[in-house]
Amino acid sequence: MMIGRIQAPPTVRKGEPFEIKVLVQHPMETGFRRGMNGQSIPMNVVNKLTCTLAGREVFSADLGSGVAANPYLAFFAVATQAGEIVVEWSDDRGETGRLTAAFTLA
Amino acid sequence: MNTAGRTLLAALVFSGAATRADIIAPKPLKSGIEFQGADVQALQRDEFANPGMLWVTRGERLWKAPAAQGPACASCHGDAAKSMRGVAASYPKHDAALGRVVDLEGRIRACAAAQQKREAPAWESEELLSLSAFVARQSAGLPIAVAVDGPASAAFERGRSLFFERQGQFNLACTQCHDRNWGGTLLGERISQGHPADWPAYRLEWQSLGSLQRRLRACYFGVRAEQPAFGSGDLVALELYLAARARGLAGAPPGVRK
Repeated sequence: MMIGRIQAPPTVRKGEPFEIKVLVQHPMETGFRRGMNGQSIPMNVVNKLTCTLAGREVFSADLGSGVAANPYLAFFAVATQAGEIVVEWSDDRGETGRLTAAFTLA
Repeated sequence: MNTAGRTLLAALVFSGAATRADIIAPKPLKSGIEFQGADVQALQRDEFANPGMLWVTRGERLWKAPAAQGPACASCHGDAAKSMRGVAASYPKHDAALGRVVDLEGRIRACAAAQQKREAPAWESEELLSLSAFVARQSAGLPIAVAVDGPASAAFERGRSLFFERQGQFNLACTQCHDRNWGGTLLGERISQGHPADWPAYRLEWQSLGSLQRRLRACYFGVRAEQPAFGSGDLVALELYLAARARGLAGAPPGVRK
């Protein structure tokens, strides 16, 4: 399981936007580089990241080779019911990562 | 001067003990982050966005995970917030069991081999960097306090002579940039005073966290000198001299550098 960090307010107001920040540990290998032996290093990037709020998808991103290593994403969401924020991602090698954060409605 | 005074003076002169006066420290001491741009400074300060914190997060997990044949770090050392507070600030340190001065990474490797009965994690591996970042993080905000007397004095002297020794095809010594020309410009970057306080640090150029040894090797590369191997006595001695030179400077590991 890959390492990541998530930051979201523990309490949000119903119907008001709030910010979710996600940091993912990943080399984001472009596929354009060559190693010390001259062989090309295969591309391996986080290609998909999604965020659901109480089961409803609120954000998704298709990332590519133009994104730097250890991508940092920040986005806004609006909650209508309390629940869990779930962020999931996968890379070209099929490895996955998952982060969760619970929040309550004020 | 009375006899007792003369004896004391003689003892001071011939003991060879390194004192604060022996170290030419830049004045005022300025952390490496002060030589970075506002964006890099903000990234280091932001506890969430600082990418080095990813290694701290991984290190915290490794700290609690038991080894295959031996105990977890936490089994002996307990809560790192208490047991490791201030520990990293005292490294590099002489280790009696090993009979030499080791830096924090070297100490973790020795502990893995001796206590956890496993192969020591490779230098600069994700595992070692994560653990050292996690342990170093516990000393954030505390001033560097290394010992350079007693059994550590030989390594300290070696580090000091390396710091003032011209090396490589550029024929440059550390002191020429980091004592005499800090604050100046080199290849579009500002020259720092060369303090180890924020290390291990995330270097944007590397797109990864790296150890102080890796940073020192990069300097060797910069002056076109042969790079000492990871864990070699030269690198650890230099780390000790740098730490002694920065005594009193508080670090904020993991740092962020360009």
